[in-house]
Amino acid sequence: MDTELLSRIQFAFTIAFHYIYPPISIGLGVLLVIMEGMFLKTGNKIYENITRFWIKIFALVFAMGVATGIVMEFEFGTNWATYSRFVGDVFGSALAAEGVFAFFLESGFLAILVFGWNRVSPKMHFFSTIMVSLGSMLSAVWIVVANSWQQTPAGYHIINNGGFLRAEITDFWAMVFNPSSIDRLMHTLSGAWLTGAFLVLSVSAYYILKNRHHDFAIKSIKIALSLAVFASLFQLFTGHRSAAGISMNQPAKLAAFEGHYNTSPAPLYLFGWVNDKEQKVNFGIAIPGMLSYLIHGDTQKPVKGLNEFSPEDRPPVNLVFQSYHLMVATGMALIGISILSLLLLRKGALFRSTLMLKVLVISVLLPQFANQLGWISAEVGRQPWIVYNLLRTKDALSKSVTSGEVIFSLVLFTLIYALLFVLFIFLLDRKIKHGPDDTADADAVYSEHKAIFQK
Amino acid sequence: MDLNIIWFILIGVLLTGYAILDGFDLGVGALHLLSKTDYERRISINSIGPVWDGNEVWLVTGGGALFAAFPDVYATVFSGFYIAFMLLLFVLIFRAVAIEFRSKQESGRWRTAWDIAFSVSSIIIALLMGIAIGNIIAGIPLGADKEFYGTFRGLLNPYSLLVGITTVALFMMHGAIYLVMKTEGELQNRVRGWVNNTIIFFSICFVTVTMATLIYYPEMTAHFKEFPAFFLIAVLTMLSIANIPREIHLGREFRAFLSSSATIGLLLILFAIGIFPNLVLSNPNHEYSLTIYNAASSQKTLMTMLIVAVIGMPFVVSYTVIIHRIYKGKVRIDETSY
Repeated sequence: MDTELLSRIQFAFTIAFHYIYPPISIGLGVLLVIMEGMFLKTGNKIYENITRFWIKIFALVFAMGVATGIVMEFEFGTNWATYSRFVGDVFGSALAAEGVFAFFLESGFLAILVFGWNRVSPKMHFFSTIMVSLGSMLSAVWIVVANSWQQTPAGYHIINNGGFLRAEITDFWAMVFNPSSIDRLMHTLSGAWLTGAFLVLSVSAYYILKNRHHDFAIKSIKIALSLAVFASLFQLFTGHRSAAGISMNQPAKLAAFEGHYNTSPAPLYLFGWVNDKEQKVNFGIAIPGMLSYLIHGDTQKPVKGLNEFSPEDRPPVNLVFQSYHLMVATGMALIGISILSLLLLRKGALFRSTLMLKVLVISVLLPQFANQLGWISAEVGRQPWIVYNLLRTKDALSKSVTSGEVIFSLVLFTLIYALLFVLFIFLLDRKIKHGPDDTADADAVYSEHKAIFQK
Repeated sequence: MDLNIIWFILIGVLLTGYAILDGFDLGVGALHLLSKTDYERRISINSIGPVWDGNEVWLVTGGGALFAAFPDVYATVFSGFYIAFMLLLFVLIFRAVAIEFRSKQESGRWRTAWDIAFSVSSIIIALLMGIAIGNIIAGIPLGADKEFYGTFRGLLNPYSLLVGITTVALFMMHGAIYLVMKTEGELQNRVRGWVNNTIIFFSICFVTVTMATLIYYPEMTAHFKEFPAFFLIAVLTMLSIANIPREIHLGREFRAFLSSSATIGLLLILFAIGIFPNLVLSNPNHEYSLTIYNAASSQKTLMTMLIVAVIGMPFVVSYTVIIHRIYKGKVRIDETSY
């Protein structure tokens, strides 16, 4: 296999593995702020137990995110050196901001969250929780800004730097607020909120099914479900805005999303299988004119098709079509599950409905699927470009790296990630089976002991 | 002083912060197997428990800043040292796994296996970093296209290995001093013995590496000849090394720790003065070297990043200090421990 394909496989593998964790941290971070806020407001010990338990999970997930995140940062240089030379000037400011504002904030205050319960005041602890949550979202801001610049470059010019072309920044804020960053950031963040919310829902539903930690689980579900309902509906809005943005900024990607070849009024497929040779969608069900309507507000307006682009400028159509449609379907399922659960909760039937609780237990995987599929749609949809219309992926590789070396590193990553994943599941399972520590019980035991000693 | 020089200094500061902070936790790892009982080993791991993760963030930020300020250096070195960086990533992750896994099962074999993993990976990380510094001093073969034309085997030359071993010795000494601060009783007495031994180990390495540098890479001394005042830094380095056994003898561990931190900082300053204005020396073709000017981002980016750093760094320093202060004192094993 050639170095390009191997490097792409390695990048796809390492980013997909990394992206399991940050969305959980971001979503769980928001929930932790609510949980600990409830504790401070009500003084109810149960909220303290909830917060303490989820902080343990958060710490585990965060450690996984850091470990796999270092790999991502190094990989730009190791495997994509030409790309790094090309974008370094533009990404510089964003990365610096991410490192200084987000990473330090998050990791620094996390130590207080985990180890600081008995060492700082409750208010200081709550403040740290807010800082950690803020830090996790800020890191999303900067990395999505950098990625969005690759999708819709702005605020730069191309210069010749000693015989090599590179992009140099001309307007920092135009780079930050490039045409796709806000929509994509909102879309990514609400995906992350869903991921955190559904993790809490899943574990809590599991406790109810097992008839353990009842009070803990009910209160956790109420908090997480509010976020899930909000985020799943918000996702519909941000998803629509992203698609509308893509129609203007990256028409080839949108056309691939829908397998749309000839410029004409376009239908919206619910599902299908693209035959790239015959340029049509097989086995599909579509709503005629719906894509045109969603983009232009008019079912008769034409949408640009793939044939407007020369074949070497088109992304792989069927992969993008499938990942995009599966993402949308998963998003719809999440809305359905969230709203149905809310209705059952209001009727007081949720905690008796074994079926719904079981659905909630397995639904933890759905936002994860949607996140991965969303990134595949976004990144594969941008191909063959690594920076849209400026630099092709095949021209972005490291020149001094051989395919043998990439095979070596790919084997290393496979081994260490397998080990890491086993560790993650093992620890997560242990923490969930162990469940929350009941401090109310501990207090009772303590006062009993005190009474004995005083006698 | 132009922006390029400022960023040369700032990246130096980040890497120094990393070396001082992760240096002690890698050192604790390198010494880990000298602790005999399970309890002692738990003390050893938990002495760095709340902070090692945060310490590594300095590496992440240092790498990010290098990418941003000097993209050509980042691209050339990371792709050129491909195998070395992949091994580094592998052991960094493996070490984190070992810390997390170790105390999760009671079995003695299980714990011993992860203890060895933790210790060996700490040593390899320190060694690889030293080897990288050695190669920057010695120079690596670069072409006119800024690409690396050497091999992985070429990076493992005797001089770079010597710098690597010196780095391991330095971190061991630094880690031992840190452990003295964190332990008490009989264990603490034993750790004091380690401090003495590691100081001797480090001093031997340091003298050897200095001689090798003066003999084989005399160009490292050019700026010191030009500005004799810089020699004071070399004198300070010697004084701060000499001060460590003195403070330990007087029972002032924290001051000894400051002294070994100062030693790390001063050594990196000597290194920085030696290589300036090169970031990566090209050997044999010096004209292809990557300097702070031909490898840098645009002035506008360097300025934007400087604003970010000026706003952000006070926060970073203050919460680093706050967190280390909250966790100062002796290690206590409780339910949140590893």
